Amino acid sequence: MPILEGEGITKYFGGLAAVSNVDFSVDRGELVGLIGPNGAGKTTLFNLISGALVPKSGTIKFNRETITGLKPHRICRKGVARTFQSVKVFPEMPVFANVLLGSTFGRSTTPSATDAEGESAGLLAFVGLLDVIEEPAKSLTLANRKRLELARALATKPQLLLLDEMMAGLNPTEVSEVMELVVMIRFMGITIFMIEHVMKAIMNICDRIMVLHHGEKIAEGTPSEIANSKAVIEAYLGE
Amino acid sequence: MKISNLDIRKLWVPGSLLVILGLMSTLTLYASIYTVILITSILMYINLTVSWVIFSAPTRYISLAPAAFFGIGIYTSASLGTELPLVLVILIGALLSSCLALLIGALTLRLRGIYFTVFTFGLVELIKHLLLWYEIKFTGTRGRFVILVDNNTIYHTMLIILVVLLITAYLIRRSKYGLALWSIGEFEDAAAHSGVNVNALKTITFAVSASFMGATGAIMATRWTYVDPYIAFKAFYSFMVVLMAAFGGMGQLYGPVVGAAIFAYLEEVLITKFPYYYMLAFGLILLIVILFIPDGLAGVIDNWQEKRKGKQHANP
Repeated sequence: MPILEGEGITKYFGGLAAVSNVDFSVDRGELVGLIGPNGAGKTTLFNLISGALVPKSGTIKFNRETITGLKPHRICRKGVARTFQSVKVFPEMPVFANVLLGSTFGRSTTPSATDAEGESAGLLAFVGLLDVIEEPAKSLTLANRKRLELARALATKPQLLLLDEMMAGLNPTEVSEVMELVVMIRFMGITIFMIEHVMKAIMNICDRIMVLHHGEKIAEGTPSEIANSKAVIEAYLGE
Repeated sequence: MKISNLDIRKLWVPGSLLVILGLMSTLTLYASIYTVILITSILMYINLTVSWVIFSAPTRYISLAPAAFFGIGIYTSASLGTELPLVLVILIGALLSSCLALLIGALTLRLRGIYFTVFTFGLVELIKHLLLWYEIKFTGTRGRFVILVDNNTIYHTMLIILVVLLITAYLIRRSKYGLALWSIGEFEDAAAHSGVNVNALKTITFAVSASFMGATGAIMATRWTYVDPYIAFKAFYSFMVVLMAAFGGMGQLYGPVVGAAIFAYLEEVLITKFPYYYMLAFGLILLIVILFIPDGLAGVIDNWQEKRKGKQHANP
């Protein structure tokens, strides 16, 4: 059963079609990868799903309900959380407050202050940041800021998590640690749609991969199908 | 020993606040008229600055609209003061200012950074000239007389507005909305994607902040007896408010209070002693603050306290 469906999604920036007539669907519980060369429209697609941008045409449905044109906070409260390509944790805020914000505002029903605090602490333990909860977020390393952003996203109790290049800029050890986290989140029952350039990550953990090129979907399939697809190889390496 | 130490520390802040409030509310009984008038002006600046800080400090939207909201309050008083009781005039001043803020907020809070600042600056000029045009075209006069209220009443009203304002500011800071406003200042889109209704929160907070400026204007007008659009809508007030907040520091609630108090007193002294050069002195102080104490007085005190704490840990 699809949790997220897009039909004929198109978005122009000036005269350039950043995303053009893309159809996609993600099933509940699935871990889907989104890849493509730079400028293919991957982040734009995420911005369209999460409400940062409004598509020129097409509809996006979450749990069979149309969410196109809704404000980002409404989409978040419906159960779609995201992280950003350039990490956007609140730098001057303590680590704990970063997560608390997500659990206080990001849910369909507002939790009590005690519940929000308890669950925030639990999530910080899950991502391994319990030792630094009072530090300002800006003092963390890149890998830890990414973990923090993940915890903030999870604090909104999402059904669907959009991860935009979680592994970019991390060293191999950190990449495998974050991959482990992603797999655990998936086993918690959260559907994951992730943009990734680190092929090791995407090939190992995704059930299915979608490939964008010049704003169009050029391929879709299991990791091995994608690895052998002629269209994909051409898009990356040229003809 | 330790327990009693803790208790005294806990009581120290609310206790001293109560003493200050007690002294201030009985000021008219023992102070000279000059002192009462001077402190009224100081309170006016504190009110404007603390109101400004409610919205602009956490969100980092630098608004130059205080003069507009203050002026709306002044003109409410000038046009309704003869017909309605003072309390009602003040409430209407607050209401009109917050309505304007809601409108402005809904229209312009999508603007960020310098665009928002320039717009709010333009707003003061726009209202000033609109009002001037209206007065000349329809009422045939440029200025208006404001009903006179005695100095003690003005002082007490100003003090009541300040107390309500400080309680409001404190509650907002401590609430979850304080956290959300802060997140908007740090990364607005991340706040939105974490479930914060950024536009509604910004607009409503802007309106709350404006209502206190309007109330302050409504009571202050009664001291000036005559106002015209040039007196009521002076961009100078907007700049003073930003300056006072920067000087006091916005990290703590007492920062803007102390900053406004010192600056307002300084204005009074400088304007009488160096009527031609006092603006120059303000400019110099602003430069020094921005260059050397960007976090203001409150920032300096915070740093000093942290250092002292650090020392205590080092030598137990």
